[in-house]
Amino acid sequence: MSLLEVNNLKTYFHTRNGIVRAVDGVSFSVDKGKTIGIVGESGSGKSVSCYSLLGLLPMPPAKIEEGEAIFDRSTDLLSCGEKVLRTIRGKRIGMIFQDPMTSLNPYMRIADQIIEPLCLHMKMDKEKALKKAIHSLDEVGIPEPDNRINMYPHEFSGGMRQRVMIAMALITNPEILIADEPTTALDVTIQKQILDLIQTRQKELGTAVIFITHDLAVISEICEEVNIMYAGRIVEKTDTKSLFRTPKHAYTRSLLKSIPANQVKGEKLYTIPGLPPDTSQIIRGCAFRERNQIGDQNQCLTNSRPEFKEVEPGHWVQNCPGCLS
Amino acid sequence: MLRFIINRLLQGLLVLFALYTITFFLAKAMPGEPFTTEKNISEEAKAYQRAIYGLDKSLFEQYLRYPINILTKGSFALSTSKGRPVEDIIAQSFPNSLILGLSALGIAICIGVPLGVISAIRKNSWVDWGAMSIAMIGICVPAFTVGPLLQIYIASHLPGLKVAGWGSPADIILPALTLGLTTAAYLARLTRGGMLEILSQDFIRTAKAKGVPSNKLITKHALRGGLLPAIAFIGPSFAALISGSFIVETIFQVPGMGQHFVNAVIARDEFLLLGVALFFGFLIVIMNLAADILTGIMDPRVRLGSNQK
Repeated sequence: MSLLEVNNLKTYFHTRNGIVRAVDGVSFSVDKGKTIGIVGESGSGKSVSCYSLLGLLPMPPAKIEEGEAIFDRSTDLLSCGEKVLRTIRGKRIGMIFQDPMTSLNPYMRIADQIIEPLCLHMKMDKEKALKKAIHSLDEVGIPEPDNRINMYPHEFSGGMRQRVMIAMALITNPEILIADEPTTALDVTIQKQILDLIQTRQKELGTAVIFITHDLAVISEICEEVNIMYAGRIVEKTDTKSLFRTPKHAYTRSLLKSIPANQVKGEKLYTIPGLPPDTSQIIRGCAFRERNQIGDQNQCLTNSRPEFKEVEPGHWVQNCPGCLS
Repeated sequence: MLRFIINRLLQGLLVLFALYTITFFLAKAMPGEPFTTEKNISEEAKAYQRAIYGLDKSLFEQYLRYPINILTKGSFALSTSKGRPVEDIIAQSFPNSLILGLSALGIAICIGVPLGVISAIRKNSWVDWGAMSIAMIGICVPAFTVGPLLQIYIASHLPGLKVAGWGSPADIILPALTLGLTTAAYLARLTRGGMLEILSQDFIRTAKAKGVPSNKLITKHALRGGLLPAIAFIGPSFAALISGSFIVETIFQVPGMGQHFVNAVIARDEFLLLGVALFFGFLIVIMNLAADILTGIMDPRVRLGSNQK
């Protein structure tokens, strides 16, 4: 069994304008030391599914309707309750976020923030924790860590702050690191550094990584397995190689087609037309039908949601004839 | 830091001088003069009195004389209605107002801040709704309603509390409550707003993801930023509280400084008026500076002298 197994996770938001089915039956699993990617447009439910695992969503309006997330063969993260969950998050599952500019507390010194997991979970005394914190800042490549640790977040650049976030998330040697678009807010040169850093630290510590992104280039670089999400569901799941070599689903193919580097110079860049469907409406049939240009729109299912099916060994896809043609 | 403080104090001097100018000419624009009474005083007697207080000089001379006397002799002139130096009148009444104001501020902070924090944590619950309704009432109901209500329903039923008067320490309680409740209400609303703003920030989610328990989340991560709006408000309102309130002092018979603001105008006592106005302005300048320094301590991003990126 895998380190983390998420089965049929459904997270709905009960808002005044109806029920938004942000995550609607998502299943994935992570093995020890491996990296999986979750890819999708904004609003496809990729972040919400990971926030659900750690209980980071404000409830209400969010509600986990169904599903389980078995961590380490024993604990269901979705039903174990806040007390148990608190001993897991920040200790055995670490998390880094999209915007390092706002994700660190501007009112606290780096030192106080970074030692917090150690003091909370390991009951370490402050002096020992500080030593370890300085060491871990050094490991993520922050120069003069014993000096820098006493500074405030605003005295760091964006890339440096993300390094601090990584150091803070990994300081307890967690078994899983959830990275929620950790490079989106950074410029390209820094992106590469941060990705390399995550990979290096992952190898050194044997951490499994769940990598949420909308950047397929990032996926190709660091993930072993990819889940493509659309409208709250996973539409395609396979290893990275076959995703790029033989993408099946029309949505995946559209995403690949819209990577600027793959296009002929001088031509208009390809974009997927339209917007993701409104998940507060019940979707009958294939959710991608209206935007499907690459497959055959007319063959898309209209009455029943497509099933998730293994079409080749290890290659799962939503079985909609229109999207697969 | 020191440069900032000196800078601000010099600015404060400028503010005080502007305040002096405006008050001086407004006082001069009042109809009548200090010695206008219903009694039939001879012109000679009036002229004699004017000469004592220097009111016979030209307007420009008077305008210059007052600040020069303050700077050279430390004298704030004689009060025309009381015949005593203005500095003595302030020195006598200000301590009472200070004690009252400090107690009122203490009450305001002890009630307002926790109420605001709880409302923010329990947003949109009946606790929040109830607290904010009470706060709204606290803001709307004026002191001249609260004061008599407290006298009728509390002072007359509890032994040890007097309806009015200023002698024993227990006499502070009711006027301080009257004065503090409005401030408490403002503080509650400001604290709630500040906390809600902070609690919706990304770094709170980060802290939660680290496994920080919810009570620590509030005290360690949210409170510091959440209190900033309340602190900005406390500065000037503290100055107002300790310089006395005419209404509260009248209701509870407190010999404080607030009465002089009104009585000086009624008596056309321009020196007393100038004295208390300048003193109030001085307090405002100092308290605003203190609030800014405190904000700098609480929020490292506005800390002075640090290199901003």
